[in-house]
Amino acid sequence: MILFILAVFLFLIGVYGVVAKRNLIKIVIGIALMEYSVNLFLILVGYVKGGTAPILTEGMTKDLFVDPLPQAMVLTAIVIGLATTALLLAIAIRIYKKYGTFDIREIKNLKG
Amino acid sequence: MDFLVPLFVVVPLGGAFLIAIIGNLARGFGRYFTSIVFAFLTGLCIYFMLHLEGPVVFKVGGWELFESIPIAIYMVIDGLSIYLLLIINLIGFLSAFYSISYMKRYTAESHYYTLFCLMTAGMNGVVMSGDLFNIYVFLEIAAIASYALVAFEIEKEQLEASFKYQVLGGVSSLFILLSIGFLYWYTSTLNIADVSRMIVAGGKREVVIFTQVILLSGFGLKAAMIPFHAWLPDAHSSAPSPISSMLSGVLIKAIGAYVILRLFFNMFAITYNIGMVITVIGTLSMVIGVLLAIGQWDIKRLLAYHSISQMGYVILGVGIGMLVLANNGDRAVATLSIAGGLFHLFNHAVFKGLLFLNAGAVEYETGIRDMKKLGGLSAKMPVTTSTSLSASMSISGIPPFNGFFSKLIIIIAAIQAGYYVLSILAVFVSIITLASFLKVQRYTFFNRSGEEWEKRGKQVREVPFSMCFSMIVLAILCFVLSTLIVPSVRDVILTPAVDVLVKAGEYTTAVLGY
Repeated sequence: MILFILAVFLFLIGVYGVVAKRNLIKIVIGIALMEYSVNLFLILVGYVKGGTAPILTEGMTKDLFVDPLPQAMVLTAIVIGLATTALLLAIAIRIYKKYGTFDIREIKNLKG
Repeated sequence: MDFLVPLFVVVPLGGAFLIAIIGNLARGFGRYFTSIVFAFLTGLCIYFMLHLEGPVVFKVGGWELFESIPIAIYMVIDGLSIYLLLIINLIGFLSAFYSISYMKRYTAESHYYTLFCLMTAGMNGVVMSGDLFNIYVFLEIAAIASYALVAFEIEKEQLEASFKYQVLGGVSSLFILLSIGFLYWYTSTLNIADVSRMIVAGGKREVVIFTQVILLSGFGLKAAMIPFHAWLPDAHSSAPSPISSMLSGVLIKAIGAYVILRLFFNMFAITYNIGMVITVIGTLSMVIGVLLAIGQWDIKRLLAYHSISQMGYVILGVGIGMLVLANNGDRAVATLSIAGGLFHLFNHAVFKGLLFLNAGAVEYETGIRDMKKLGGLSAKMPVTTSTSLSASMSISGIPPFNGFFSKLIIIIAAIQAGYYVLSILAVFVSIITLASFLKVQRYTFFNRSGEEWEKRGKQVREVPFSMCFSMIVLAILCFVLSTLIVPSVRDVILTPAVDVLVKAGEYTTAVLGY
């Protein structure tokens, strides 16, 4: 249970980073934190107390496994997260080259 | 027929890889190959539409049911999916054909076509998927490609818009993933049909309601419904024009509105509360979107705000249908209302796609997007002017164009269901839309006060053939789609899609087969 609360905490820290921070890189870090917390949540969903890795080997005595499906989902989600983070950082670097700053208060061409 | 199902994803995905490899060696390759890919897919859609009887299920990997548990990833094409697939690939083909001339002045053309194919592959996948996590994966493919396409011109505005879009899009994707996690926790399955069965059987309503709220905010952000709309005007106006027409015409429907419809009708049981939330969100988008649009002077920003407003009509029509179904009201009214919503979805794809292509043609010739500086183009660009006029009349609901009929159906359904205020609001929004598009027509094409392009010494003439072709085809479609109210045409295209939503409970049995 405590781990679930920690996952929620991590998610809220990420939301705080996205909403309150003014530096582009810190916003990216906020999104990454949210992503980790969701991944952690998915892993916890599949966890079975006392379960082993779901691999059938010879001489198997225990029949209690953790759920492998959320783990497969998390692996996919990590790869997708890598792509989004890489693209976000690439755009952030391009913005820095154009504007000379990471501060979102000075990057405000679009409005209305 | 089920072996043809994966082609909708495989062909554009393979096309993207081929263009990425060969496009660097032969420069013109991607330009023509993309159009061929989408022409093929549109043909395939029409073939499916004519031969579809009940949902076609393709099980990836060929895994059959194991003790009545679905193991394989399901790809399902039913009436609603094929309706969306037709919209995506038709608008995709016309945008790709338009790009042949439009994108010639850009460098890195093959990258553009690669991303274009990837984005459409993602959208096709979302629309066909019968599996929750698969929806998430395809949605991210479409979304990441669209982030990159918004930033394609890499100037200050485009980069800023893309960053904004990515932050909000990333947050919405995480909400979606979180709600998928909750649903898996609750039901121990990811197959939509199976989840639906588990939810009906299971107890705790609180978990389901909590999940519904997260899902609605996640997909609401993707569909740019009103409290979540901030990214749309920036992103859609910054992309190259054929992409704007894909984003506004198709993307917000395929990965936003469609998934909301599919999940809330076919997966969750329809409840009055959720129907009310969806109707209110639709109404708010419809009214506030148009009020924000009327003050805009940048032609593409104005069109982007109108996308929010017109999607409000779609959601409103479907929401009223949901309310009537939840109250066990007259099924004929619910059918009419949902038919109006889905009809407007197709119409919006056509006329908004056309309007963005027109805006692109104006920008291509004059290099100006500010309407105050334009004017007097009607003599120089007759095709653009006339197609834009028909699209404007269509979006503001003037008979005999398609927009009139879909709005009329939604308004009649709202009156029959007893929501008089909503019908009056729908008429009111339509009038403001008309005012706003009169402004577009007058300042862009007919007024002779601005004409900044003449002072700059630009030689303005009609745009090249491929751009004209796409615009003319879409303008003809604005007329032709009116025939969807004729019963024999409607039964082929619209009725199967409406049936999927009205007879929501039948989806589970039809897909699982027991």
